[in-house]
Amino acid sequence: MEAFTTLNGIVAPLDRPNVDTDAIIPKQFLKSIKRSGFGPNLFDEWRYLDQGQPGEDCSKRPVNPDFVLNQTRYQNTQIMLGRDNFGCGSSREHAPWAFYDYGISCIIAPSFADIFYSNSFKNGILLIKLDTKVIDCLFKEVEATVGYKLNIDLEAQSITTPSDESITFEIDGALKHRLLNGLDDIGLSLKNSEDIQAYEERQKLLTPWLFSH
Amino acid sequence: MPTQTLYDKLWDAHVVRENEDGTSLIYIDRHLIHEVTSPQAFEGLKLAGRKPWRIDANLAVSDHNVPTTDRSEPIKDPISKLQLDTLDSNCAEWDITQFDIHDPRQGIVHVIGPEQGASLPGMTIVCGDSHTSTHGGLGALAFGIGTSEVEHTLATQCLILRKSKNMLVKVNGAVGKGITAKDIILAIIGKIGTAGGTGYAMEFAGKAIESLSMEGRMTLCNMAIEAGARAGFVAVDNKTIEFVKNRPYSPKGEDWDKAVTYWNNLHTDEGANFDNIIELEAENIGPQVTWGTSPEMVVSVSDVVPDPTQEPDAVKAEGMANALAYMDLKPGTPITDIRISRVFIGSCTNSRIEDMRAAAEIAKTGKVAENVTEAIVVPGSGLVKAQAEQEGLDQIFIDAGFEWREPGCSMCLGMNPDRLEPQEHCASTSNRNFEGRQGPGGRTHLVSPAMAAAAAIAGHFVDVRDIGNGESK
Ligand code: SF4
Repeated sequence: MEAFTTLNGIVAPLDRPNVDTDAIIPKQFLKSIKRSGFGPNLFDEWRYLDQGQPGEDCSKRPVNPDFVLNQTRYQNTQIMLGRDNFGCGSSREHAPWAFYDYGISCIIAPSFADIFYSNSFKNGILLIKLDTKVIDCLFKEVEATVGYKLNIDLEAQSITTPSDESITFEIDGALKHRLLNGLDDIGLSLKNSEDIQAYEERQKLLTPWLFSH
Repeated sequence: MPTQTLYDKLWDAHVVRENEDGTSLIYIDRHLIHEVTSPQAFEGLKLAGRKPWRIDANLAVSDHNVPTTDRSEPIKDPISKLQLDTLDSNCAEWDITQFDIHDPRQGIVHVIGPEQGASLPGMTIVCGDSHTSTHGGLGALAFGIGTSEVEHTLATQCLILRKSKNMLVKVNGAVGKGITAKDIILAIIGKIGTAGGTGYAMEFAGKAIESLSMEGRMTLCNMAIEAGARAGFVAVDNKTIEFVKNRPYSPKGEDWDKAVTYWNNLHTDEGANFDNIIELEAENIGPQVTWGTSPEMVVSVSDVVPDPTQEPDAVKAEGMANALAYMDLKPGTPITDIRISRVFIGSCTNSRIEDMRAAAEIAKTGKVAENVTEAIVVPGSGLVKAQAEQEGLDQIFIDAGFEWREPGCSMCLGMNPDRLEPQEHCASTSNRNFEGRQGPGGRTHLVSPAMAAAAAIAGHFVDVRDIGNGESK
């Protein structure tokens, strides 16, 4: 996984609650057996006017001019601003893969669904939870200013706005550490192989039926 | 001994080690695998030169992409076929047990786990699928994971987790006639919202929950994720133990006796502490119908479509207005005036034998209405299908004008050819009414199996309590 340290990027506002992972990456694209290439189909049903199929060349498709990521001012978006319960629904990791592939590596919202939250961090995407009032202000500022950028510093846990205002955010220490260093969870866990084996030996005596199949 | 919740007990029994940063390494007893979320995990494993930690803890099945029509025909969609073939070859390579598309035990992963006894009380159960919470109906800690975690589970038989908070959802009293587990869980989601359980492990308790059959408890826990909770569960009781008995993977002989002793402790201790408690009165719950594009947008069948202008929260009101536009519904419309053109009875929420029986009971009372162009019944597994056929339910459906299909996820998400056309209204027993979930532009209304069957016959929603003797469960 790639590390996340700092990011200075264009912000796009997605002003609706309960954005679900079916909307982020519709089911037909889940048939891929790869991890990459989902970017062109991020928000497919909102972004294009036709029905997308896997493997199709998206540059030739009719786009929905009203959708935020299609507006000129939001080209090259790297940060998404969202509402409550962002990423709810299906556990598909294709959702963070699609964001990452598109170039969005930070999402700011008042709350996120649990599985989307953990999936994102495992793919180098920083999710930041902020108070609804602060989010409301950010929505107003982003919509009022073309080319609005935020500067994110994970180490310092701070966001700097174009007017140099600084917003601090909370984050789980373990997640922060992994993201800053781009650590591989599996490698870390395998360092504890002996503990896993010891646990299994103990459980074979306590709950033998769990080891008979 | 300090008092503990069921969640505390399940958690403590699986802690391999506590890490310095406050996370824990949690042992996973059962890993269920399906074709959509596993290929990248197997690939990652291989690229890193790793191998599965414990083969026998895994069980795989193809369910999302499989056609529900004649299985002797080759699969038409080459991309679906590649995904199915990839699961076959990954399982063959690592010698993982798999129920392939021609196996009579094949079915939806969350139906076959409990059916085989591969999901047992007290287990930690994971699957790359958010509805893994279903297995919590057996008194297990079961939750959905992403593909990175699928790979992590394969490689280490563990996951790195931080403990959730404890939430109790208590449903007091008894439900009225015609009210099912589906109505209970929709009513809960309507009350607490789709984010109400975020960050919590959710225990369901109370008289109304204890009275549910095991199938009903699985329906209930299935949709815990729609209430925001990654895991939902119900304490073990005699019904649980009876259900588990004599299944292919269940413990036998001496192991069985040991297991029963262990399982009998799988309940929340008197006086244990919850971070949050929600209570509902069962008698107030009517047959539920969703009107919008989120499971929390739900009312009783005797209500009307709500009015966004009456909603004080501006963001919520806008969400409601968007949903009404997508669904093409007007505030104030009686739910019973909503006409439907498609019906789907199936999915891991409602495709077990009890669901088939409840729908058939209603199907007996008439014929599928003319404005309903297709009404399909998709049993959750090959074994459910065989059981239903033995009871003659298939014939009841067919006589009434329903189609009787092969098992799989089907139109719950339409990765296979079963899909809604744009603008179609569908009475569906599945769990998600998101935009485009059942097909681009499709309009889903979530209901119980009896309500779906009743809507098929009337051509619009009707109160199942008004039908015949209304004796469906
Ligand atoms: S039936 Fe629907 S919700 Fe259940 S596993 Fe299949 S696709 Fe997911």
